[in-house]
Amino acid sequence: MSKLGITASQTVGPFLTIALKADGQEYIVPETVEGALKLSGRVYDGEGQVVPDAVIEIWQANIFGKYDHPEDTSDFEIINDFSGFGRSCTDKDGHFFFITLKPGRVPGRGNTLQAPHVSVNVFARGMLKQQVTRIYFSDEVKANTEDSVLNSIDDDSARNTLIAQRKEGNDGILEYTFDIHLQGKMETVFFDV
Amino acid sequence: MSEPLEYSRKSKNDHPPARYEGYKSTVHRSPQRKPIKIEHTLTEVTGPLFKNEKIDAGESDLSIVDGQEAQGQRIYVSGKVLDEDGKPVPNTLIEIWQCNAAGRYKHAVDQHPAPLDPNFTGKGRIVSNEKGEYKFTTIKPGAYPWGNHYNAWRPAHIHFSLFGPAFATRLITQMYFPDDPLFAFDPIFNSISDEAVRKRMISKFDLDTTEPDFALSFKFDFVLRGREATPFEGQD
Ligand SMILES: [Fe+2]
Repeated sequence: MSKLGITASQTVGPFLTIALKADGQEYIVPETVEGALKLSGRVYDGEGQVVPDAVIEIWQANIFGKYDHPEDTSDFEIINDFSGFGRSCTDKDGHFFFITLKPGRVPGRGNTLQAPHVSVNVFARGMLKQQVTRIYFSDEVKANTEDSVLNSIDDDSARNTLIAQRKEGNDGILEYTFDIHLQGKMETVFFDV
Repeated sequence: MSEPLEYSRKSKNDHPPARYEGYKSTVHRSPQRKPIKIEHTLTEVTGPLFKNEKIDAGESDLSIVDGQEAQGQRIYVSGKVLDEDGKPVPNTLIEIWQCNAAGRYKHAVDQHPAPLDPNFTGKGRIVSNEKGEYKFTTIKPGAYPWGNHYNAWRPAHIHFSLFGPAFATRLITQMYFPDDPLFAFDPIFNSISDEAVRKRMISKFDLDTTEPDFALSFKFDFVLRGREATPFEGQD
C-alpha cells in the first residue's frame, strides 16, 4: 500500500508560550512527594548565549519502570497520578526545570534493561524541527554502564552530556543539573529516533 | 517480550534540515554532530496520551472571548489526524496558536505596530475524536513582518502542536493558507526543499463545509509517522 506523506515540521517560532506555557506543567509530582527531585538546567546556543524561547518536554516511566501507555505490557503497576509527561518553557535566562521522580529501569532491545532515563524533546525559535536527547542520572553508575544507548557513544565527553549531575550537600529535595547545548564544543548528544 | 515495532524512518527525510541559512536563527541553534540512531525501545513507542486532561469545548473556538467576538474573517479549520497508512489517530491532543487578523500576536515579544484585539488570545486546544477528526473556529491570521532579512514577512499561518500515540510521533508545525503571495519569499516555508512536501503544509479552501452567512472553511489533514511494517512482518 502506498503511504501518505507525513506533515513536515516547522519552527515553534518566538511566540510559543501563547499556547505551550501553563501553570504547573513542570510538576510531574508535587515537591512534597517522597523521593521528589528537581531536574533543571539551561539551554545554550552555539555562541554560548542562553536560549530564552525554547520549550523542553520530557517523557519518562514511573518509579517501577512502567510507562502509562497501552504498549507497555509489563506487569509493573501504573501509578494513576503519575503521567510521565512534563513541559517547561525556558525563562529569559534560558532556565527550565521539572519536579519529578527518578524512573525505574525499562526494557531495552534484546532482553536488556536500560538505565533510568528521561526522554527529551527540545523545541525553540531558530529550530526547524525538534532535537531529541535523553537525561541519565550521575548516581546510577552501574546501570549507566549497562545501558546500550549510552554505550553506543564512543566519546566520553559526548556521553557525559547526557548525564544529569547530582548536586551535593543541599538540604532540600534532591537536585540534578542538566544543561543543553544546541551546538558547539559542549554540544549535547542528540538522537535520531 | 517481542521487540517494539519501529516507527517509520524514511519519512523523517521530509522534515527540514536543522540548519538552513536562509532562516538565520538556525545557524547557531543547529547541532553540528550527526544525531545518533536509537533503535526504538519502549521509551520511543510510548508517549503521553493526556487521558486526564480537562479540555473545555470552548477551547476550540478562538473567535469569541468572554462572549465578545474577535475582529476579522471568521473561519473553520478542520480535518483529520492520520498516520502514514491513512489510519485515523484518535484522542490525540492538538494545541494551536496564531496572530490576530492584523498580524499581531498577544505576546510581549511581538513589537509589530499592528493593533491588538482585546477579544482574541490566539490560543486553542482540542482532542481529536474517535475518527481522528478535529475542528477549530477561529479568525484568519494576518501576515506579519519579522527581522530575518530586509522586508521579511511571514505568510499567514497557524502553529499546530500534535502528539500522536508515541514519543516518536511528536510534531510541531505550521499550517498555511492557499495561494499566499508570500510563499516564495519565506525561508521557513522554503526550508523544505521538496515542493510536494511544502504543498502538504497548505490547507485547502472547502466550500462544502463553509457555513452560509457565518464562516469560511479550510480543510487540513495531518499525517503523523506510521509504523515501519505491519505487525505480521518480521516479528517473533
Ligand atoms: Fe508565527
